[in-house]
Amino acid sequence: MIKIINMLKKLMRYLTALFIFIVHLIPFYILINIAFKTRQDTSSRWTPPNALYLKNFSDVWTQSHLGSALLNDLIITVCTVALVVFVGVLAAYPLARYPTRWNNAIYTLSISTLIVPALTVLVPLYKLVVDIHGISTYWAMVLVLTTFFLPTVIFLYTGFIRTIPRELDEAALIDGCNRYEIFFRIIFPLLKPVTASVIIIIMLGVWNDYRFSLFLLQKRSVQTVPLVLSQFFSQFQNNLPLAAAGSLLSMIPMALIYLFLQKYFVSGLAEGAVKG
Amino acid sequence: MDIVQSSKKNPGEMRTKGNRLKSFFDSPVSLNLMYIPALLLFAVFIYYPIAQGIKISFTNWNGYSAHYSFVGLEKYRYMFTDMRTYKVIINTLIYGLGSTLLQNILGLAYAVLLNAKLKGRGIVRTIVYFPVIVAPIIMGYVWYFIFQYDGGALNDIMLALGKEPVDWLGNGPRAVWLITLVNTFQYMGVAMVVYLAGLQAIPKEYLEAAEVDGASGFYKFIHITLPLLMPAITVSIVLNIIEGLKLFDVIVSMTNGGPGYASHSLSTMMSDLFFAGQDAGFAAALGNLMFVLISLFGISSLKFLRGKEVDL
Repeated sequence: MIKIINMLKKLMRYLTALFIFIVHLIPFYILINIAFKTRQDTSSRWTPPNALYLKNFSDVWTQSHLGSALLNDLIITVCTVALVVFVGVLAAYPLARYPTRWNNAIYTLSISTLIVPALTVLVPLYKLVVDIHGISTYWAMVLVLTTFFLPTVIFLYTGFIRTIPRELDEAALIDGCNRYEIFFRIIFPLLKPVTASVIIIIMLGVWNDYRFSLFLLQKRSVQTVPLVLSQFFSQFQNNLPLAAAGSLLSMIPMALIYLFLQKYFVSGLAEGAVKG
Repeated sequence: MDIVQSSKKNPGEMRTKGNRLKSFFDSPVSLNLMYIPALLLFAVFIYYPIAQGIKISFTNWNGYSAHYSFVGLEKYRYMFTDMRTYKVIINTLIYGLGSTLLQNILGLAYAVLLNAKLKGRGIVRTIVYFPVIVAPIIMGYVWYFIFQYDGGALNDIMLALGKEPVDWLGNGPRAVWLITLVNTFQYMGVAMVVYLAGLQAIPKEYLEAAEVDGASGFYKFIHITLPLLMPAITVSIVLNIIEGLKLFDVIVSMTNGGPGYASHSLSTMMSDLFFAGQDAGFAAALGNLMFVLISLFGISSLKFLRGKEVDL
């Protein structure tokens, strides 16, 4: 009897897992179906295409300048990630190691900016970037993104550095290292795992950013993929297969990174959350 | 010899400039220099704009002209008498709290299911997490293909069932909930992963000991698993609330705030007022309201949940 109940339980679990799998696949299944059909094909979005119509992909590539958008995205993402990791790890070390009252206040101040949504300061921030002639420039975009991702980075690094035993620093100090050598030679190499997570979290945020790009990148020549595609959607309401093909193309870079580095995506997020 | 003697004569001179600099860099205080770049960035791109935002909210600036005048609390009075404001606040709360609730309940349920020994659980986890890597603006468009009135995938099902097609996103309150669901679909993978890590960190002995004492699966979940998951729950909920109250991209791609103002959040309404409405003063006032709202919810939920955590 118990055996049968256990069998049934197991079966229920498999069925639930299968159901979840199918439900979460549906949106992508629909998207793929649309992207490979011609514009004239009015069959249901549930039915797969008769033949794979690839012209949607080449058309959207040329018409929406997806190539240059990808390049812009790449430049902004690489620069932001590099800058935010550098500035963030520098800030995190003294805040984690020397929790004086003053430093704790600075830490709280930094972390509390996590709550400030970029959009609550949209009006003044936009005005500031206009005033410093930063609209439609890479550098202003990179600086703004760096600032708004910095609290997350400081949060993750301080959390991690606090778990490294202090005795390590003290031993190095006795061995004659100065405090900067301790940081660069001893602590920094230990930060590799958390750095991998930080890079992935920030990379996703920057690569997929829409709210900052919408306001700060107004010239076509500097626009990123999400921005270009969203304009494409509003322009070509009557040519959805093209838009679907563009959406599908835009997912490829991150999907590839995700498939190859999956363990970092998952472990990074989870560690940050559980330890925090 | 010479040096020693001279220093004996005049001990005050020991502290030359070079020495002082060296002893400064030897002390831990000097390390505080390392956070100066971060503070500078915060000052320029966050604190200064916050201060400016307060100033702009007291003006009638239109967003581009060089001239504007101070109008005192006029914009705030306008904001609190405008019925749209209340609608938008309620929408923002549904986006924020609704998706937090859904993401965490579903995320926890998924984590419990997919933590059990199942063949192929890895691939299910992968597909649940996958939307996290997609740009939210694109995710909104993908779902638009499903909810669209003409030829949308959902209406195909309605037709197949012999029912009338529905304009899913054409009804304000329903659009708000559908957007909440899409946001949940996209980010519940994060909650799932956080809870999976939390579940795996629970010492097996606790659960085994309870089993020996004859505890049921449900009892173990409520009295052992859940309390030990509290730190993970805190982090997940607080981050979800903050993120949810900021919701912007998905709304833009699914309804753009429509029909009318029915599905606007504070973020989308603000951007609309600033760029389309050319009322920077009102937009800034709304931004300040949003700032207060998010801080209140973020901090109070953190305080509440931290109090519920237990020590091992």
